[in-house]
Amino acid sequence: MRYIPNSPTDRAAMLAVIGVATIEDLFRGIPDDLRLKGPLNLPSAMSEPELLEYFAAAASNNLTDRLSFLGAGIYSHYVPLIIDALISRSEFFTAYTPYQAEIAQGTLQAIFEFQTYMAQLTGMDIANASLYDGSTALAEGILMAHRITRRSRFLLARSVHPEYRAVVETYTRRLGLEIESVDFLENGRIDMEKLESGLTEETAGVIVQSPNFLGTIEALDAVSVLAHSKGALSIVNIAEAMSLGLLRPPGDAPSEEGRADIVVGEAQSLGVPMSFGGPHVGFVATRQRFLRQIPGRLVGMGHDGDGKRGFVLTLATREQHIRREKATSNICTNQSLCALMTTIYLSTVGPKGLRDIATQNIEKTAYAADRIESDTKHSVRFPGPRFNEFVIKLDGGSADVFDRLSQQDIVAGLPLGRFFPELDDSLLVSITEVHKKSDIDRLIEGLA
Amino acid sequence: MTDSYRRTETHINLNERLVFEEGSPGRRGFDLPASDVPQQNLQDLVGSDLLRDGIAGMPELSELDVIRHFTRLSTWNYHIDLGIYPLGSCTMKYNPKINEQVARLPGFTASHPYMPDTMVQGSLEIQKTLEECLLEITGMKALTLQPAAGAHGELTGLLMIRAYHEAHGRPRKRILIPDSAHGTNPASVTISGYQCQNVPSSRSGSVDLEALRKLVDSDVAGIMITNPNTLGIFEADIAEISDVIHSVGALVYMDGANLNAMMGVTRPGDFGIDVLHMNLHKTFTTPHGGGGPGSGPVAVGAALEPYLPYPMIGRREDGSCYLDYQRPDSIGKVKAYFGQFGMHVRALCYILANGPEGLREVTDIAVLNANYIRERLKDAYHLPYDGPTLHEVVFSDRIQLRNGVGVGDIGKRLMDYGFHPPTVSFPLIVHGAIMIEPTETESRQELDAFVDAMRAIAQEAEDDPELVKKAPHTTRIGRINETAAARKPVLRWTPALGEDKV
Repeated sequence: MRYIPNSPTDRAAMLAVIGVATIEDLFRGIPDDLRLKGPLNLPSAMSEPELLEYFAAAASNNLTDRLSFLGAGIYSHYVPLIIDALISRSEFFTAYTPYQAEIAQGTLQAIFEFQTYMAQLTGMDIANASLYDGSTALAEGILMAHRITRRSRFLLARSVHPEYRAVVETYTRRLGLEIESVDFLENGRIDMEKLESGLTEETAGVIVQSPNFLGTIEALDAVSVLAHSKGALSIVNIAEAMSLGLLRPPGDAPSEEGRADIVVGEAQSLGVPMSFGGPHVGFVATRQRFLRQIPGRLVGMGHDGDGKRGFVLTLATREQHIRREKATSNICTNQSLCALMTTIYLSTVGPKGLRDIATQNIEKTAYAADRIESDTKHSVRFPGPRFNEFVIKLDGGSADVFDRLSQQDIVAGLPLGRFFPELDDSLLVSITEVHKKSDIDRLIEGLA
Repeated sequence: MTDSYRRTETHINLNERLVFEEGSPGRRGFDLPASDVPQQNLQDLVGSDLLRDGIAGMPELSELDVIRHFTRLSTWNYHIDLGIYPLGSCTMKYNPKINEQVARLPGFTASHPYMPDTMVQGSLEIQKTLEECLLEITGMKALTLQPAAGAHGELTGLLMIRAYHEAHGRPRKRILIPDSAHGTNPASVTISGYQCQNVPSSRSGSVDLEALRKLVDSDVAGIMITNPNTLGIFEADIAEISDVIHSVGALVYMDGANLNAMMGVTRPGDFGIDVLHMNLHKTFTTPHGGGGPGSGPVAVGAALEPYLPYPMIGRREDGSCYLDYQRPDSIGKVKAYFGQFGMHVRALCYILANGPEGLREVTDIAVLNANYIRERLKDAYHLPYDGPTLHEVVFSDRIQLRNGVGVGDIGKRLMDYGFHPPTVSFPLIVHGAIMIEPTETESRQELDAFVDAMRAIAQEAEDDPELVKKAPHTTRIGRINETAAARKPVLRWTPALGEDKV
C-alpha cells in the first residue's frame, strides 16, 4: 500500500528487534473466536488515476451547473481563490489540535483572529473558537443560557431555521428543558404579543433568528428588551453571516437592554463552500461576564518566560478533557480549518468589501422581489425588510412551478411545504452577489 | 543554551503581528464585480435603524498582505507533512493528497443539501458507499453519517440508547465508564441526561470483569467501552462484558477511536457491540485541520436501528439513492443537513485506495510500529502494563520523575529534537502517562529517530534535568504562562492591546 513506507525488509528487521516471528503474533491479545476469518468484503484497491475517475464521475452526477436560487441556511457566495491556496498549506490542514502551544502558534493566532472577527461582526464582547455548525451552536447556546439562568423554559421563534429547531429538540428533550414555539405574523416577524404573554419569571431565554428563515429582518432590540424585562436572556441566531456586513448586529442597540446576550450562528457564507451541507463553521459570541459558561474551545493571549506574546488554549477547566462529566459541553473539536477560511475571507474582503457584497445582496434581492410583484402572476409573501431571501407565494402551486423551472435547468428555491404546511404554495428564494441581473431575469421569465 | 546564536529580535517572519495590527486604510484584497441591477437607497430598503455604522477594528489589507500574513503564521505550526505525531489515541497519520483533490471537485463543493434527490445523486452515492464500507469494516447493521465529530457521535449514540430504554418502559439512570476512558465519554453521558459510574481497571489494564458484575443492575442503561482501550490493550473479555451488560437489558457502546488497531482483524459487530462511533479524522485520514472539522459516523446493531437520526439514505433497486425521512422512532436530527460531507468524500477515497488487503495492512503495520517503539523504549521509560498491546503503548515518567523531570517536560524537550510530543498525562489511570501511537505511515527510520530522541531525553533527565525542565529552547516562543493567561483571559484583539506587540 503506497501510504505505508515499511517494506518487507523493514518489517523483518523490526520483528527481529521485537523478538516475534510474525506480525500475527502481535495480535495474540485478541481471542481466536473473535477473529475475522476472511478478508473484508470491500471493493479492491484503486490506483490514483482510478480514484480520480471514480470521484469525477460521482461529482458529475450532481447537477450543480443549474441556475440555483437555494439558500435556506446555506448560501452561494463567491469564495476568493486565495482562501483555498492558503488553507491547502499542510502547515494548516495537517496540523493537530493546538494543545502544544509552542509548535502551534500559527493555528492559535489564526483562531484568536477568528474570535476577534466574530466578536466585531456580532457586536459582542467575546466569541469562541467555533462550533460544529449553526444548528449545534444554537443548541449549545440554549444549554448555556440554562446554565447561566438556572431556568428551564425557552421561547423559540418558529421562524428560526426548521432544521436548527429540530436539533434543539433532540438536544434538549431529555434534559427536561421546555421549548415553546412562538409563531410569526403576516408581516413576517415574530408575534411580539405572543412572545410577551409567553414570557414569565421562569423563562430562561428567548430565541429569534435574523434575518429569519423566511427572509425577514427581526426588530432585535425590541425582542431583547422584552426578554430582559423578565430576567430572561436574549439569544439571537444568525444563519446568514453575510448580513452582519451591513445590518446592525445583535450586540449593538440603542440601549443596553436592547443588546443580545448570546449570539450563535453559522459563518459558512464567509468563505466556506456549500459542500452539500458541511463542513461549515458555527460560532457563539457573548458578553464578557458569561465567559466561563461558553462551550467549546477558547484561545487566549499569554506570554512566555521572556515576556514574548503568544497564544494558548485557555479556560480548559470548562472542557471535557479536564472536567469530564462536569464539563460545560462534550465538545472536543472545533471547526478550525473552516474558521481559518472565514478569517482569511474577512481579511481579504475587508470592511468595505463586506459592506459592498452585503449591499449587492440586498439590492439584487430587492430587484428580484420587485419584478416578481410587477412582472409575474405570483406575489411576494412578507413585506420585509429583507436581506437576501424572500418567500414567493405561487399562483398555481409550488410543485408545478418548481418542476416547470427544473425543466429549464433552474432550481427556483426551496418549496416551503415540508417545513411550514401553511406555506405549501410558497418558495423560499435566495439571491446573492453571485447572481447576475440576467440570472434573475431568467427566473422571472420562468415564473411568468 | 541558545544565547550564542540568537536570531535578531525583529526577524520579520517570526514577529508577524495580529492581522488587526496590519494593513492600512484604503487597501483592498478583493474586487467585487459591479452591480448590474438598479441602485437603491438602503435606508429605504431596510430602514436606517437596522443598518450598522461600520465594523470597528476590521483591518484593510491587500491580497499579498493576506498571503504573507497567513503564510508566515503557517510556518509556526508543526504538521504531519513535516514529521511524526506520536499522539496516542489521536491517530495522526499521513493525509493523502488525493483526498483533498477529490473533495474539491466543483460537483461536490457547489452541491446544496436542498437540491432535490435526483440532482445530487453523486453526493448521495458517495455517502451511501461510505456507509456500506464502514458497515463492512465494523460488522454493524446500520449507520448514520450525520454527527460532526467523535464526541458528537457519542452524544448521538447515547441518545439512541436512551430512546431504546424509553421505548422499553423507562430511560434508566446510569452509564458505566471504565476509568481509562476519554474525557468526552463522561461529558457526553451528562449532556444525554445520564449519570456516570466508574468501572475500575484490573491490574492488567483491562476492565475488571468481577467489579463490573457487581455494578450492573436494572438502572444501568449501558456501558461505554473503548476497545482496544486507551492503553492499547484489546479487551479480551469483551464478549463476556457484553453478556453481563445485556443480561440486565442494558446496551454496549464502543468508542471507536482506536479502530485503526482492528481493521480486517476483528469487528465490533461480531463481539456484541450495540453502537459505536468512528472518527474519520483518525483511522480514515481526513485531516485534523488544526482541531477540526472532524466527523463521527455512528453504527448500530439491530436493536438501535429504529432510533438513528433522520434522514437515512436509501438505495433503490436501480442503484439510485434517496433520502428517507420516514423514521417515526428516530431520535431526531443531531445536526442540520447530512453531516460533514467534505470529510465523507475524503474518507471514502482513503478506503477505496486501500481496499480490503490495504486496510488489513494498515492495522498490521500500525501494530508493528507501536510494538517496535515499545521494545526500543522499554528499558529507558517505565512500562506500567506489560501485557500485549496493539496500535499504541503507554509509558510513564516514573524513572525520570526521580530527577524532577515530568511527562510535560519530556514532551516539551522533544520539540527541541524536532518532534511533536506524544499524548501526555492520559489515560488518567497511569500517573505521568506518555501515550505513543506512531501509526502505520511512519517508516522505520522515522521511528528510530524518534526513539533516539526519547532515549537521549531519558539520558538528559539523568545528566542535566534542568535542561529538560526548561525546554523547549529552540521554538519560536517558550512555554506560555497558562495560569496567568487563564486568570485574566484576553480572548480578542482590541486597540488597547496595541502596545503589547510581539
